[in-house]
Order: sequence, then C-alpha cells, then structure tokens
Amino acid sequence: MSAPRTQPAGLTKWAVTLPPTLFLLAFFLVPALIVVVAGFRETGEFGGLAPWPQVSLDAWRFLLGDVIYLEVFARSFLVAALTTLICIVLAYPLAWLIARSPKQRRDVLVLLVILPFASNFLVRIYAWIMLLGPANLLYTPLAVIVGMVYAHLPFMVLPLYTNLEKHDPALLEAAQDLGANAWTRFWRVTFPLSLPGIFSGSALVFIPVLGMFAAPELLGGTGDILIGNLIKEQFLDNRDWPLGSALAIMLTACVLALAGLSAWAAKRGMHGTEAIT
Amino acid sequence: MALLEIRKLTRRFGALEAVKDVSLAIEAGEFFTLLGPSGCGKTTILRMIAGFDAPDEGEILLDGVSLAGVPPERRPLHTVFQSYALFPHMSVAGNIAFPLEMAGKPKDEIRRRVKETLALVHLEEKTESFPHELSGGQKQRVALARGLVNQPRLLLLDEPLGALDAKLRVEMQSELIALQREVGITFIFVTHSQQEALALSHRIAVMRDGRVEQLDEPDTLYSAPANRFVADFIGKINLLDVEVVASSKARLGLRAAGLGEIAATDPRPITVGERGAFALRPELVRVFGRRESADLKNRFEGTVRELLYLGDVTLYKVELADGCVIEAMMPNAAPGRAKFHEVGDVVTVCWRHDAGVYLRN
Ligand SMILES: Nc1ncnc2c1ncn2[C@@H]1O[C@H](COP(=O)(O)OP(=O)(O)OP(=O)(O)O)[C@@H](O)[C@H]1O
Ligand SMILES: [Mg+2]
Repeated sequence: MSAPRTQPAGLTKWAVTLPPTLFLLAFFLVPALIVVVAGFRETGEFGGLAPWPQVSLDAWRFLLGDVIYLEVFARSFLVAALTTLICIVLAYPLAWLIARSPKQRRDVLVLLVILPFASNFLVRIYAWIMLLGPANLLYTPLAVIVGMVYAHLPFMVLPLYTNLEKHDPALLEAAQDLGANAWTRFWRVTFPLSLPGIFSGSALVFIPVLGMFAAPELLGGTGDILIGNLIKEQFLDNRDWPLGSALAIMLTACVLALAGLSAWAAKRGMHGTEAIT
Repeated sequence: MALLEIRKLTRRFGALEAVKDVSLAIEAGEFFTLLGPSGCGKTTILRMIAGFDAPDEGEILLDGVSLAGVPPERRPLHTVFQSYALFPHMSVAGNIAFPLEMAGKPKDEIRRRVKETLALVHLEEKTESFPHELSGGQKQRVALARGLVNQPRLLLLDEPLGALDAKLRVEMQSELIALQREVGITFIFVTHSQQEALALSHRIAVMRDGRVEQLDEPDTLYSAPANRFVADFIGKINLLDVEVVASSKARLGLRAAGLGEIAATDPRPITVGERGAFALRPELVRVFGRRESADLKNRFEGTVRELLYLGDVTLYKVELADGCVIEAMMPNAAPGRAKFHEVGDVVTVCWRHDAGVYLRN
C-alpha cells in the first residue's frame, strides 16, 4: 500500500530538484572548473590560453613572486572589512527603526530601502561622481569606501530588519523588569539576538565588495585598485587568462576559508539564537 | 502599613476604561490574587504596578512611598510573564543570574544564589540547558526562579500557569504554594481560573470590567458571594430570582417564581417586598428518593431531568414544580453504586435553611 504512494513522492522530488541542479552544474560548477583549470595553463600567443595540453605554474609563480598582488589582496580585504563595519553601524539604527515602526508603515520603509535598485548601478555611481567631484573627494580611497557603502547598505539593512522584527518585545520588558537599563537591554538582549542578522548581512556585503571593480575604477584613484580590478584587467585588458584565473582562485579560497571560520565561530557563540535567525 | 497600596487607580484606553477606581491593600507575605474574566483589566493593573504603564488617576504606593515616575528597572519587584519571556540566548543559569548581575552582586554570590534557586525549583540538572531545550513546565520553573532569585519585595505573576496542561497546572499549583511559603515573598497572582484562585490565594479580588466586585478570603468568597456576578463566576451555583416575603431577626422568607417559600438567613436588615436572587451551591442540595425522609424546611418535589456522572460526584439536574431547575451534587460514596437516582425518577430536593445566600439586586 505504502510503496506506490512513496514512489511518486520520490519522483516528484527529483523532478522538482533536477532543473535547478542542472542549471547550477552547467552555469556555475562547469565555469568554476574551467577557471580552476585555466589557472594552471599557459597564456596563448595572442592572449587567452595556449592550446591544450600545456600545463604550467607560471601564473602562480608570477602572482606569489610579486608583492604588489599581496598588497592589493590586503587592501581589498581592508576595504571590504571597513565597508562591512560602516554598513553595520549605519544599517543597525535604520533596521531597528523600521522594525519598531507601526506594521503598516514597515513595508513602505523597506520599499524605500530597496528603491535605489530600481535605477542602474553605474548611473548611481556616476551620481556619486557628480557629488564627490565638487567636494574634491573624487579619486580618493574615501570615495571608494563611500561608493561601496552606498551600494551595499540595503544588503545589510534587510537581513538585520528581518531579524530585529522577529524579536519578542516581551524579552526587553523582562530585562527591564529585572533591572536592566536601556543600554544594558541593548547589549545583553537585542544585540546578541541580532547576531545572526549581522552575520548574514556581513556576508552579503563583504563578499561582493571583495569582487567589485566598477566603484573603485570610477571613484578611486590609480592607487585604489582592488582584486576585482586586477582580475578584470587580466581577462579583458591584458588577456592573461591564467593569471586572472589564479587571482580568482585565490580570492575564492580566501572567501571560503573566511566563511568557514565565521560559520564555526557563529556556531560556538550564538547559542539559542537559532529560533530567531 | 500595607506593603503595596493601590489608591483609586483608573486607566483609560481611549473611550475604554480598562481599570476603574480600584483600591487595594496588599500585606507583606500575602498570596494575593486578581481573578476575573478575560479583558477585565488584570494585566493592566499588573503593568501599572510593574511600571510599564502609568495610571490616568490614582496612585500606587510601596511601603507608603509613591511609585509614580519610578521606571520599571528601579522598582524592587519582578514579574513572571505569561509567555515566560526567557532569554533564548542564555542558559538556564544565565537567565537566573541576570537579575543578580543587574543588581551588581559579586560573582561568587551570584553562583551560590543561582544554585540555591535552581534547587528550590528542582532544576539542578538543567543548569546549562537553553530555554528551547526545556519543556513547558521546566520553562515555567525557570521563569519563577528568575523572578525569585533576587528576592524582590513583590512578585507579580500574570497567568503563569496558563500555558500548561491540566495535570501539570495542578502540580505546579502545589509547588507554587510551597514555594511562596518557603521564600516568604509577597505574590500578586493573576488568573481567570477560579479553581486556581481558590486553591492558591490568601485573598482574592474578583474583578469585572475594570472594577473590583469583591475582595475576600477564598472560603468567604465561595460561601458568601457579594453579588450575582461573583456567585456565578466562582464555582457552580443555582441562582433563583426571588422576592422577600418575610423578614425577621436574620430569618428570611423568599418566594421564588412558582416554587413556594424558601427559608433563608441573612444578618442584614432586609425589607419585605425587596427583589433579589437566591444563590445555592449544588453540593449543599440533597436529593432523596420519594420514600426516604428528610426533615428539612426547604424541600421541593421534582423529577431528575439529566445527570452528569463525574466519577467522584454526580450532578443531578432536577426540574421542580413549574420548570425551575435546581442542580444538586452528590458524592458517589458507596462502592458499586455510582448513581442513586435515574433520569425520570421523582425525587425530593432539600437544603438547610442556612445553605444558600440572598443577594440583593
Ligand atoms: N495598550 C492598550 N491599548 C488599548 N486597549 C488596551 C490596551 N491594553 C489593554 N487594553 C484593553 O483593556 C482591557 C483590559 O485588558 P487587560 O489586558 O488588562 O485584560 P486581562 O484582564 O488581563 O485579560 P486576559 O485575562 O485576557 O489577559 C481590554 O479590553 C483590552 O482590550
Ligand atoms: Mg491578561
């Protein structure tokens, strides 16, 4: 009796999960593998890749041999970290305010947060050029940070808001009732419970910032290039695919290591907040 | 001087008067209960005592000092919330330590007091668990422990047993009584369960629509309700519309529509011709077979229309002469014989002349 009933369920499961699986295989895993392989090939005569089957570590030797690449990596991580931190500081009060406002107004406020996405990203960056130019801030590291923060703030606000909105107001009342003042209530109750929101927001900001090349290219000076610019340069301008691939692999490895580390840290430090994630 | 005094407290929400002119005095060490149907203003009163809400009129005094303007975190009283409101990111020990940390107690004292309080509520083995790993009854105990640990002057409990199943509720009731006696902290307990209120409290304030209808000890409340509402709200009761036909020296003659005269007592001076209600508890009504004798003044003949066998007792609904129905409750004392009368039996119901109370309209 039960067998015929479970079989279609299993089939349905496959039917539903197969298309996205195939999509990911074709358009994510395969390209990723191509990049990995390209990192260990040689540059062709006219750029791109030399014909199969040459294999070489030239790109890696070059990459690890020049301290400039390490510098760009370090600068990129610094910019990403700084952007993330500023986003947290700016997004927190905003998300908190939205979460605390009357229910009917929240949706409108959330809409306002994502409204900038309605216009093209480059257009918005050009708008910043107009704004920063007269202020004599254009082509400085500050301009890069401003652009990055501006572009990524909604990605911090949304997960934080989703988290804060779910907080049970009774917890704050309980804390107050038990003797906690406003400051303590925030640091002992609201903040720890919002850590999952901060973590997912940080991931959504930190990782894209690492790979971003448009903002530094348009807003930053010559000394402000980031890994994203380097990678783009190798593929499009220098046509040095192996070096571009090697850079991309290194970036991905760093991000994965970081993600693993923070997941591990989160697991140890955020007990009991699962219910609110 | 009373520990907590509430004077002419009124709270309005728009046009709604949630609390109307409530005055109460609660003594130190008392287990005081606010009892009333949903929406009668119990939580509103507790929130004003805790400081989360401010009265529109009247005042609240603790040890004779007004609490007006004192924020909740500085009031020496704690609340046990109906939803428990345990901190999900803190262990059981962390939750219980919280009020002590807020009070700035030294670390080793905190450790000692947390341990003692955990023992008090029988949760020693759950010290390091997190709230989501606990059962409803265990969460309830943690909430209690957290409220008690810093020895507040007053503990406010807002339907703390509301979320528990019936059996656990009764268990927790006994524990609550024992706990309150042991720690000696004054409890203000809110419930809409009359059984819970009667079982736990030293005194009960019965509320309706924001007003206190009667404030008395449980047995007084049960045996001498002040009005129809209290009589009806607490326990099962027969309520008959009556007219006073005789009144002399605390003895009353009451006429219920079609029933004839009922003999009752009342120490108050009552004038003949007054209208009111006669309230009679079912367990004070005896039901006899026709051939059994009963030498009580109040005796009326009727027919058993319905009976409810409840195990320990049986509830009989007896229809009297002209449609008036009296409920009687008889213990099922004799083994092997659950019911004394069957549906359709002609019986005599009777009660002592001092069994019921006359309620003025
Ligand atoms: N913040 C508020 N705004 C408007 N009306 C309120 C507010 N708080 C309570 N009320 C109203 O005041 C009345 C009393 O509410 P309260 O919560 O005190 O009732 P309760 O006796 O605790 O009921 P329950 O047993 O259901 O908890 C209700 O009619 C409620 O709708
Ligand atoms: Mg309530």
